[in-house]
Amino acid sequence: MTADQAVSLVVNGTAHEVVCDPDTPLLYVLRNDLGLLGAKFGCGLGLCGACNVLVDGHPVHSCDTPVWSVAGKSVTTVEGLGNEGRPHRLQETFIDEQALQCGYCTSGMLVTAAALLEREPDVDEAGVRRALDGNLCRCGAHNRIVRAVLCARTCRS
Amino acid sequence: MTNPSLGTTPRLDRWITITADGTVLVRSGKVELGQGVLTALAQIVAEELDVDPSRIRMVPAATDISPDESYTAGSLSVQHSGGALRAVCAQARQLFLAEAAARLDVPSESLDVTDGDICAPDGRRTSLWELAGVVALDRDLAPGTDAKRPDDYRVVGRSLPRVDVPGKVAGRRRFIHDLRPDGMLFGRVLRPPSRGAVLTSVDEQAASRVPGVVAVVRDGSFLGVVTEREENALRAVAALRTGTVWKEADSLPDEHELPAFLLAAPTEETVLHDAGTTAGPAAGSVHARFSRPFLAHASIAPSCGLALWNGERLAVWSHSQGIHKLHASICRSQGLAPENVVVQHVEGAGCYGHNAADDAAYDAVLLARAVPGRTVQVVWTREDELGWAPLGPAMVVDIEADLDAGGRVQSWRHDVWSNGHAHRPGPPSAPLLAATHVEAAETAQPAGDPPLQNGGGSGRNAVPLYDLPGQVVRTHRLQTMPLRTSALRALGAHLNVFAIESVVDELAALAGADPVEYRLGLLGDERARAVLQAAAERAGWGSSAADVGSGVGLGVGLARYKNRGAYCAVVAEVEAETHVRVRRLTIAVDVGLVVNPDGVVNQIEGGALQALSWTTKERVRFDGRAVTSRTWEEYPILTFSEVPPVDVVLLDRPTDPALGAGEASIGPTAAAIGNALYVATGLRVRHLPLTPENVIAAMDP
Ligand code: FES
Ligand code: FES
Repeated sequence: MTADQAVSLVVNGTAHEVVCDPDTPLLYVLRNDLGLLGAKFGCGLGLCGACNVLVDGHPVHSCDTPVWSVAGKSVTTVEGLGNEGRPHRLQETFIDEQALQCGYCTSGMLVTAAALLEREPDVDEAGVRRALDGNLCRCGAHNRIVRAVLCARTCRS
Repeated sequence: MTNPSLGTTPRLDRWITITADGTVLVRSGKVELGQGVLTALAQIVAEELDVDPSRIRMVPAATDISPDESYTAGSLSVQHSGGALRAVCAQARQLFLAEAAARLDVPSESLDVTDGDICAPDGRRTSLWELAGVVALDRDLAPGTDAKRPDDYRVVGRSLPRVDVPGKVAGRRRFIHDLRPDGMLFGRVLRPPSRGAVLTSVDEQAASRVPGVVAVVRDGSFLGVVTEREENALRAVAALRTGTVWKEADSLPDEHELPAFLLAAPTEETVLHDAGTTAGPAAGSVHARFSRPFLAHASIAPSCGLALWNGERLAVWSHSQGIHKLHASICRSQGLAPENVVVQHVEGAGCYGHNAADDAAYDAVLLARAVPGRTVQVVWTREDELGWAPLGPAMVVDIEADLDAGGRVQSWRHDVWSNGHAHRPGPPSAPLLAATHVEAAETAQPAGDPPLQNGGGSGRNAVPLYDLPGQVVRTHRLQTMPLRTSALRALGAHLNVFAIESVVDELAALAGADPVEYRLGLLGDERARAVLQAAAERAGWGSSAADVGSGVGLGVGLARYKNRGAYCAVVAEVEAETHVRVRRLTIAVDVGLVVNPDGVVNQIEGGALQALSWTTKERVRFDGRAVTSRTWEEYPILTFSEVPPVDVVLLDRPTDPALGAGEASIGPTAAAIGNALYVATGLRVRHLPLTPENVIAAMDP
């Protein structure tokens, strides 16, 4: 345990300063200090992907990322992928494909897939599945999610 | 058939309110579990009232306002709540039309309704909204109003997009975990290290020193903390753990000898079906024993609950499947008058049966008692979720079929050994978890089984669908419960269907018959035949008759859920030597009237993939004292790369009553995989999961 400190971070393009123990998991800072409740707690162990966010464009488990380690970096959560007026292409294809059941895994899927499409705009189905293997879904929405990601790719090009 | 939901709540205005501002408020006692039920119910209301679905507002269920519809379980929501709402709305529409007819002075049959606008032949009009304050719905449903004919449906039967999806993809829709009422505190529980462990001493100092700790709670062996910040709740629990001393003892069976344990334990026998045997001596017989291990719900979110005490009044928020039963349990354990407690349902992550939702709510009640006036949110850890939530029971199924000289079945015996599949809160025999740890501990009785007329538990789907003579079906329910078990999706149907379909496949092989043809020869039920034929045809059955042992194979599984719900047939294509890989699932399903086709496909597909995960991968691990499979590494579930394409064919039966879809594909999927594995390898692997370990064990029986 360390004494509280001020930590500066940029989330969805906005600069924030939070005062907390710098070892606090990023997930709790996002959810409890910044009111960004899109990233979810699933395991706290880096094993399910429900808490995934992008740090400088790369998916990370925010549950086991201490907030000090993202100081000065750019964090994107599901709320920052798009907005109501201008949703991210993936958010549209997830609606088109009704690519969820309970939706608890959805934000983690979306941010992980968004990073994948940035990295590999022409990724194939096997590549999508590989990229999402660290994101668990218990409801069995997998095939719909894969279709939504592939469709976001096609419609993009 | 009488509708139980209407029996409990016959008054029209308990179900719906038509408002002057152009919306319809709907209060169902069924809750959203991630299955899309609210969308289906909204469609039924929109259909009967003739209003646009966008005008429907589904009011979150709470014990003080919603009809008591018992649990949201057993794939009954569309039947019960949907049936009640259909009748209520049909009658409400008639009352509104009668009033409109009186005002416009025309016969009510001449009125036309479009999105709530009521129009007379001469063009004069009024609306549901205009008459909202005039027509009273404070009356019981009277017999005699006909609902619409399915031919006239415009909203029901369409794949209406689900109402909750846009908010969920935007990260805006709130789950119970996302509630942040003003002044909310974070609560965490320190569970005992093992089953039956008793706390002998605790040093609370270390926990109290963590910054922001508001309370450390101890009641018997129940321990918890309440803090201002979430991360500090975790730290305080860790600190508290170091200061505890427990008395522990071995209480669990040997996980490697589970079938032997189930067969040797004291049991209560129930004969579910006895057609007697009149046949003479058998010329041959087939005998096979099957088993499955304990299974975890393994929802992606751990359970969560919130509570707020104000004097003697208590407010609770829960993702429970049965808020009225949870309400009863809380009132009993806390000695509170029912009118002082309100339990409000808030959506959680996917729910596949009786999980730890109710337990988490009660944890919050106990912790919040220490901080009156402030709401406490409890979220379980992943480890506690996998280690302490109720489990799907381990089971053994024995099937023995006697054959006559012509190889025909002359008698059939099916025996099931299992813990009960029903341990839901409500009665004193099924206390909430923390209530068994506090000083004034309540004692849990072993889980029971619902009676067969309600679908059964251990014996669910144990009576074969086939015309087999001399059937005797028995359950042997354990009278001891080392690990707490309760309802997990499909209950006993998972292993019962796996076992029946495996033996039927063996009989087909003995008869030298094609498995699909052989089944058709034993099936009188037209709807069962139709799903079987549809699945076989869609999967290209017969065109690629693989040799047994060729490494790849097709297998089939069939069941009618609960023997009176949806019909489902599955064809699986499996590639295997020792490692089982499912390459494709083809499913045909008949759920009667389809309210939302895409919603049904989503449920069937989701059920099939969950069954695939259980059947090929899952097993709760434990040592002599505690569950040890407490993370996703020790309890792996299906991943994207392991998920095969799933093709679902919906058979349209608009004039048959709607049947639930949530659990229908579980048993048939498991069975189809097992039977395909046989074709691929030549091995009958009868012990689940179908891991390399169990496949290899089957080589040397
Ligand atoms: S909650 Fe972070 S990976 Fe599971
Ligand atoms: S949709 Fe429920 S966990 Fe993925």
